[in-house]
Amino acid sequence: MTSEMTSATSHPDLARMAAFMRRKILDVSYTCGLTAHLGGGLSMVDVMAVLYGHVLRLDPKTPRWPDRDRFILSKGHGVLGFYPALLAAGLISEEVFATFQANGSALIAHPVMNLDLGIESSNGSLGHGLSMGVGIALAARKKRAGFKTVVLLGDGECNEGAVWEAVMLAAQLGLDSLTAVVDHNKLQSDGESRDIMQVGNMAERFAAFGWHALEVDGHDIDALVTAFDAPAPAGRPRVIVAHTIKGKGVPFMENDNTWHHKRLTKADHEAALAALTARGGGEAAATEDAP
Amino acid sequence: MMEITPRTARQWSRLGSRGIFGQAILSVAEDHPELMVLSADLGNSSGLDRFKAAYPDQFLNTGIAEQNMIGVAAGLAKEGFTVFATSFAPFIAMRASEQVRMNLGYMEMNVKAVAIGSGIAMGLLGNSHFGLEDVAVMRAIPNLTVVCPADCAAIIKTVEAAVAFDGPMYIRLTGAANNPPVYTEDFAFQIGRAIPLRDGGDVGLVACGTMVHVALRAADALAEQGIAASVIDMHTLKPLDGAALDALAARVPALVTVEEHTVIGGLGSAVAEHTAAQPDRVRHLALGLRDAFVKTGQYEYMLEQEGLVGPAVAERVRAFLREERT
Repeated sequence: MTSEMTSATSHPDLARMAAFMRRKILDVSYTCGLTAHLGGGLSMVDVMAVLYGHVLRLDPKTPRWPDRDRFILSKGHGVLGFYPALLAAGLISEEVFATFQANGSALIAHPVMNLDLGIESSNGSLGHGLSMGVGIALAARKKRAGFKTVVLLGDGECNEGAVWEAVMLAAQLGLDSLTAVVDHNKLQSDGESRDIMQVGNMAERFAAFGWHALEVDGHDIDALVTAFDAPAPAGRPRVIVAHTIKGKGVPFMENDNTWHHKRLTKADHEAALAALTARGGGEAAATEDAP
Repeated sequence: MMEITPRTARQWSRLGSRGIFGQAILSVAEDHPELMVLSADLGNSSGLDRFKAAYPDQFLNTGIAEQNMIGVAAGLAKEGFTVFATSFAPFIAMRASEQVRMNLGYMEMNVKAVAIGSGIAMGLLGNSHFGLEDVAVMRAIPNLTVVCPADCAAIIKTVEAAVAFDGPMYIRLTGAANNPPVYTEDFAFQIGRAIPLRDGGDVGLVACGTMVHVALRAADALAEQGIAASVIDMHTLKPLDGAALDALAARVPALVTVEEHTVIGGLGSAVAEHTAAQPDRVRHLALGLRDAFVKTGQYEYMLEQEGLVGPAVAERVRAFLREERT
């Protein structure tokens, strides 16, 4: 189902960006010396590279540009997949990025709203982001503004009832500038989602609520680009269910839920970097420090 | 601008707090195209039917989903709208408490969460609909301003002030129809600034919401027995007007707080938190609802049962002052 990150792609720039982000995740997790949400951060990397490298209209020089697209990280514990995207997109500097999880830092384990750094909302408690996204997309329509709103949800997060309240209202209002992306890695904090809360077919669930639903391999850059670029029907919100692998890119982390929230030791860091390099990701990233 | 006269005050009093909230929103809407009013399917019960008809584009029924309503309100506020999100007190303050915490508290979104029919005004609808402990919850959330207006005129003033106020707020409406008037002429209303209503040196009554009127009636009863009571309308529970409280406490030997809320975490607690560390603090009697889910009946019956009427408050104040002397 998944392709290797550097396999033939029509978007080598995005593949390089994803590889750069993965290396940054490993480096900052190691240098901060603390536990971090590695698994869910790595699973969303390719989605985030496509969003920040291709989909979202942003101006790193004017982070508060009123017409910028809005991105909400509803799965707030996914910051390890978020801050490197902001870094790659030029919204945060290396200096700021390096403060990850330092005392008093703007970049902690969950997003803290900071428009100057491109962080649109504070999250961490699950099930909040889509409601805010509905409000933002509705505001855009009322103001006749052209920006898009994209909300990234976790599949475990979809256990929260409030997510479905927002799903229903978005369909009721026909918010076609709103896109939800579900990082569907099939694992959550305590284990396999199917053992905890059956979701069946996630895309069909959204479709049953009136959404335009697409399913893609969440590590296939070309497929993601195609999904985001595909014309969507007017009058309906859109969901892209991205099938992903928790810990993607580091073989010993993939589908191993002990990496949900864990500290990266020196040995882990070295082994993970070596694995990335073996897959071609590390080398690509090494030449891409200033994307 | 809705003019406050003895006649309008009487008319508004008959409408009650919900009806007048709807009229106040309608009256400010004309000058505020950025206003959005949200309801979780209680628009008609919240006095918003006329607003809905007059400004359909500025009204949104989010369905029976209060948690989502608060999040949607925050999204609209983030993009520049001034949002009033309305429901019954427990459905905002407790059902959607964490949405209020994240969006209004943590992110300081410009949303006014309006609790209709707080306290025990819902009468026979029962404890499920009461706002017994909403102030305790809302007051504990950082960044939230908490306001509980005394009567219909004060509700109008609160709505006008809230539209102009850039920041999150919890507005707690108490009282039913035939909400007795406290203010019958224009008065200065400022969020965070208590209003002294009556001057007396024997005891200081501090009240909010419907209990301001009750405190005034209690002061009348006390006056007949030669006890001079001060009364202040502490409409803003957070931030508390500490200066007004200190000025009052300096002139009286005892304070009595009166509120239509449990005695845990409401006005009485806020006053006690302020005065607790003062070396010369005066004694304080906290009157309010018992810490209980009470047997329900009609609103007036329940206020009697809870001792939250003028004569009963006066009697408890008298007993408290007697205790002090022995």
